[in-house]
Amino acid sequence: MDNAQPRLVMKKIVKEFPGVRALSGVNLTLYPGEVHAIMGENGAGKSTLIKVLTGVYPIDGGAVEYEGKKVIIKSPLEAQLLGISTVYQEVNLCTNLSVTENIFIGREIKKNGKLNWRKMHNQAKKLLEGLQLQIDVTKLLSSYSVAIQQMIAIARALNVSAKVLILDEPTSSLDRDEVNQLFSVIRKLKNEGLAIVFISHFLDQIYEITDRLTVLRNGEYIGEYMTKDIPRMDLVSKMIGKELVEMKKIESLAENKTSLNQSFLSTELLGLQGKIDPFSIQINKGEILGLAGLLGAGRTELARLLFGADQPDKGHIHLKGKQIKFSSPKQAIYEKIGFCSENRKSEGIIPDLTVRENMILVIQGKYGWFRFISKEKQREIADEYISLLNINPANPEQLIENLSGGNQQKVILARWLITNPELLILDEPTRGIDIGAKTEIMKLMTNLSKEGTSILFISSEIEEILRACDRVAVLRDRKLEKEFNNNEELTQQKLMKEMAGGV
Amino acid sequence: MVNLLMKSKLLWPIVVLVVILLINLIFDPSFFSIDYRNGKLVGSLVDILNRGAPLILISIGMTLVIATKGIDLSVGSVIAMAGAIGAITVTSIDGEGLGPLFIAVGLTLIVSIIVGGWNGILVSRIGVQPIVATLILMVAGRGIAQLITGGQITTVYYDPYQFLGGGYLFALPFSIFIVTFVLLLALFLTRRTSLGLFIEAVGSNPEASRLAGLNSKNIMMMVYMFSGFCAGVGGLILSSNVMSADGNNAGLWFELDAILAVVIGGTSLMGGRFNLMGTLIGALIIQSLTTTIYSIGVPAETNLVIKAVVVLIVCLLQSPEFRRKIFGTDKVNKNRVKKESEGVTLS
Repeated sequence: MDNAQPRLVMKKIVKEFPGVRALSGVNLTLYPGEVHAIMGENGAGKSTLIKVLTGVYPIDGGAVEYEGKKVIIKSPLEAQLLGISTVYQEVNLCTNLSVTENIFIGREIKKNGKLNWRKMHNQAKKLLEGLQLQIDVTKLLSSYSVAIQQMIAIARALNVSAKVLILDEPTSSLDRDEVNQLFSVIRKLKNEGLAIVFISHFLDQIYEITDRLTVLRNGEYIGEYMTKDIPRMDLVSKMIGKELVEMKKIESLAENKTSLNQSFLSTELLGLQGKIDPFSIQINKGEILGLAGLLGAGRTELARLLFGADQPDKGHIHLKGKQIKFSSPKQAIYEKIGFCSENRKSEGIIPDLTVRENMILVIQGKYGWFRFISKEKQREIADEYISLLNINPANPEQLIENLSGGNQQKVILARWLITNPELLILDEPTRGIDIGAKTEIMKLMTNLSKEGTSILFISSEIEEILRACDRVAVLRDRKLEKEFNNNEELTQQKLMKEMAGGV
Repeated sequence: MVNLLMKSKLLWPIVVLVVILLINLIFDPSFFSIDYRNGKLVGSLVDILNRGAPLILISIGMTLVIATKGIDLSVGSVIAMAGAIGAITVTSIDGEGLGPLFIAVGLTLIVSIIVGGWNGILVSRIGVQPIVATLILMVAGRGIAQLITGGQITTVYYDPYQFLGGGYLFALPFSIFIVTFVLLLALFLTRRTSLGLFIEAVGSNPEASRLAGLNSKNIMMMVYMFSGFCAGVGGLILSSNVMSADGNNAGLWFELDAILAVVIGGTSLMGGRFNLMGTLIGALIIQSLTTTIYSIGVPAETNLVIKAVVVLIVCLLQSPEFRRKIFGTDKVNKNRVKKESEGVTLS
């Protein structure tokens, strides 16, 4: 295949944003009739690369060759005209329009100035039949499942005689059968000579469908490999940037704590279709349970079920031995469970309110309307937690919007600490904050657990997990794979192996 | 410092209100004088407060609705409905004394709260967009008012009914007491209980509020019911003032004036922080503008245009962008920017 002429070559691509170098010297080579994966963790530069390629962003350095000719792609429209089509992660079609309208929107077929519906319907039907899909194209898009909508999005992309098809996380909301359906379409298109870029966090899928892959890390080009030649372990370590030499285990902060082995919360085959496969897990009193897994492995989904933020469709939760059902976060809060979301901006802070108001929100919500915590008392509480957590600036009347990410995170933590939770679910509490704040939060966690609070700690950083947790559960592809006790035998390598799966 | 901020937010609306009142003074030197006649205080200022009562009332309700990122277009129709129910009830009950009055007031307020709750159900439980949900009642409410009055203007001959909108207590119009009571009630509920905090939280970030254990559905329900209640009280005052019920025209376009009052008062249509005192001033601006236009003899047909111009001026004055462009770098804004940059410190 290497002898064939590449369809697209990107060389030494550089893209800078104010203050950040999003891409520094990234290469990408696409051949016809090949599925090519772009791999990397969050912030590695995958989507920036796609946006540069499709003309969303201009290129600051490097060159693009398309079918042997040098090109400069200035807009998404130009990219489309060249034959580079993209299907984005979130299906961005209009659910209130018919299938045909969605496929032809913006490039309708006209006859004497009037829309030629019959021709469009026929063509839409033919396109979809090419994707092994026989549906009524005059129906509204919303009457079809997400998987079919995904196919329709692909059909729309193919409609412009595509030569390069980019699929950004096409499988993130599909179940196994739907994924298989999509893959058979991808294989068919590949055999027709299309160059396909496939981005996914699911390693199993990468190994199943792709021929070649390019790894990025922190905006840098790590390398290009044949998928079948690179072992999973090597791939993961290239993505996260940890060498496979056994790292000396960092001194554990969780020193000789006698685990009570007394269950606080356990689940029995709890699951939600399309989010997380049924899992059984037990969280003991005063223990820190780590939840490890690659992005998209289902960590957040698991946590949300435990907190009542999403409703499970299978299984049960047992709290202190009794079966219980959380139909809203409010109920979980009454059972002394707290949850810090990984999306601080959209699910954590209340931007219009002050630090003080953000802190007392949960406890006040627990008290209700009329047991109002007086302003003086609120100030007192806020001041106490500002100094306890070392929040900067130490002004309770500051709007939380104006704080840095790490300080916002501490305010949210304070919000839960005030309620004296018995189980605290921390979803990526250390993401995007500086090293100082990170350490403080980790220390806080260990202190809390010594006082008997159970903690479910979700993190992408293996080191952090090994450092803080008593036990570690590993998720992969929305499935709880394995649980480990965190002792001398548990190494980064072992965890990574489990996260990557297969081997 | 909080006081300072509040001041800067209310500053421009207050300035505009004062300017409008001063313009009146030029045309009518006795504008600010208040006389004591027949046991009543009489004067233009008292008049503005009295006539503005219904608008102030519904603006208070509207403020809380807007704070939850909603809007209530139905208040004008609820005014018409409330007036019709009140007027028909007092006329159809035979009886001397205050009995019929209390029954009418009670019935009207209960119905107003129920129709407000209807809005609340559509928005919070069924998930209809607020503008659509309340539009339904905006149309239906006026229709119901017309059905109740039979499409005619129903005149009331029961004297005690006049007290609500036209009566006097301690030399002041009774409506002023009603407004004061409702305003204090709203202030109490939102500042002395945690309701205000919950409303602002839900309006600012609904998902984060849900995850913090707030029952946003009940909070939304509550504000729409309160808005219905305010419109009901306003409707009673209006209909009592003219001793009749007019299903066709009572409260017409009041919802728009109320939204304007809220916006002038500094509450963002994006939800979150709200400012009841600002709303009060906003409503007073709109009312004194109307009074001014009539009293200085501007042709009535120019009323709406002038109103639009003044509202535009207030909105422009409140925009920091605009002030910077017109007056150069202004002090208020610079302070704010400085404060913000202080806020962004790394831990």
